[in-house]
Amino acid sequence: MTASVDVAAVIKQSFPQLVERPSGDHPAFSAPASDILTVLSFLRNSQGYDLLTDLTAIDNGEDTTPRFTVVYHVFSTTGHTYLRLAADCRDDRKPSIASVTSLWPGADWHEREVFDMFGITFDGHPDMRRILMWEGYPYHPLRKEFPLAGIETPLPDIEVSEETGTKVLPAPMAGGPFVTSSGEINMAKAEPRAKDESWNEKKEKPL
Amino acid sequence: MATEFAFPDTAAKGSTAAQEFQTEAMSLSIGPSHPSTHGVLRLQMELDGETVTKCDPILGYLHRGDEKIAENMTYNQFVPYTDRLDYLAPLANNVAYATAVERLAKLEVPPRCQAIRVIASELARVSSHLLGLGAYGIDVGAWTVFLYTFTEREKLYKLFEELTGARFTTSYTRIGGVARDIPDGWLDRVNAFCDQFLPILDEILQLLTRNKVFMDRTVGIGVITKEQAIAYGLTGPNLRGSGVPLDLRKDKPYLGYEQYEFDVPVGVSGDCYDRYLVRGEEMKQSIRIVKQAVAKFPSGDWYASDAKKIFAPPKATILTKMEELIQNFMLVTEGPQMPAGEVYFEAENPKGALGFFVVSRGGGVPWRLKIRSPSFCNLSILPKLCVGAMVSDVVSILGSLDFVMGECDR
Repeated sequence: MTASVDVAAVIKQSFPQLVERPSGDHPAFSAPASDILTVLSFLRNSQGYDLLTDLTAIDNGEDTTPRFTVVYHVFSTTGHTYLRLAADCRDDRKPSIASVTSLWPGADWHEREVFDMFGITFDGHPDMRRILMWEGYPYHPLRKEFPLAGIETPLPDIEVSEETGTKVLPAPMAGGPFVTSSGEINMAKAEPRAKDESWNEKKEKPL
Repeated sequence: MATEFAFPDTAAKGSTAAQEFQTEAMSLSIGPSHPSTHGVLRLQMELDGETVTKCDPILGYLHRGDEKIAENMTYNQFVPYTDRLDYLAPLANNVAYATAVERLAKLEVPPRCQAIRVIASELARVSSHLLGLGAYGIDVGAWTVFLYTFTEREKLYKLFEELTGARFTTSYTRIGGVARDIPDGWLDRVNAFCDQFLPILDEILQLLTRNKVFMDRTVGIGVITKEQAIAYGLTGPNLRGSGVPLDLRKDKPYLGYEQYEFDVPVGVSGDCYDRYLVRGEEMKQSIRIVKQAVAKFPSGDWYASDAKKIFAPPKATILTKMEELIQNFMLVTEGPQMPAGEVYFEAENPKGALGFFVVSRGGGVPWRLKIRSPSFCNLSILPKLCVGAMVSDVVSILGSLDFVMGECDR
């Protein structure tokens, strides 16, 4: 099955609800979120677009509706053409869209990444967890309201906090940093010591 | 039936033949800091004896938020960040990124610039495959290969340093051109490298290709079928190792790759051994391309001189002419001016298809820049590939996939 030369015409004929999307290079279409699975399986099964090369999302800005757009790039390994498909997510507050893992198992990690970075959930995904950030991280960093410098969190690691019920905080320096006095001949005095010896593991650091 | 044991081991003496082979389920975590995971990949595996029953790769240890960073700086400022994607072939990343952004501006760089970029990317491919080969040798117990390949890589690094001023973090391309023209006599030295490299490469490959230990560790291990490779979005040598003859340099030519003659090697069975063979042959083809590019190296401009809002004028004119000074000032402060639009460009990098999806709303800063990293996609087949393999096979599989975590985690 090879990709047809004029795929744009075929798509327009088969799916009149699709709108052409402005694009700088490859043919591109916007699809309603409810149709995305049908359109992609049509492209894969009868148009030869068998390789899902990329799946990502765009945050159109906090005050824009629809806010999140999921973008698919499919490639035909026989016809050697790309096609871009975009779909706006249904809800701006709890965005979601159908998962395409049933068509391409390789979409698994892409969708997990989009969930991690944008907070878009994929219905029907077998394993919707974070992938790049750690489990329990509270933010979605690629959203536009997330600052470049990041937001400080107490960094609870979910495995530890589930076991112990505690939050994991950065370990105290226990009196460090440790310094040695150079030029000291007396070894007992020259060995590295904490600069501030008023506190250690047993004695709380004075506030 | 009690078994007799020669060792004075009470537990073993009490065991029966049936129990002897009874294995125990256990979980094993390899990495994130383990030599065979080539970086900071962590594999959370469940084992039944020596056989892997479940493999869950855990990523993100090298996540730096490159895509977020890209949204906050101009197009040229992001070039150094592309060095740190696949840091074994920074030149190829630079070229892929610059070409993607130029597609957005519908800007065609002159032939000389294209030839420089082709030579740079192909040499980067050789350097990346050399490291992949050397590291793979170590993974499966062949130390010598590494020493040979690193000697060759060092020669390449010398050439890179002459070209860009840096061995590792080259940051060579600019949108609309490259940072500088090639130095005097560089092409001759590239040619000399190619000539002496081919016999050495043969020698290196001979160390492995018919090596009994190497073949035992790789033949029939980690088999990826054509269908699986496509379904998981594999690209590059990993896809071709499974017998899919897809090479973007041939099938979707960019930078004038259509003028060069080269073959696309493909594997037959899709196992670790085939992926190794494909990489070995690809290096020879890369050298072939480099030699052709050097032979018909075009004269003329090495940057797009007509793109005044994208590429900075030569330094000498900036310092002497008012208009160029302003032009340079605007470029540095506001970035190369791009039209609004969406572009997706993939380049055939050493590790696979490195893609950039650039969404612009005009101006010098992208609204969204998605990096489609081949290592990320290639690794996504691991949970499927490792199940049923032995623990030692996992090491072999990882080495044969030849990934880089800097690119995977971005």
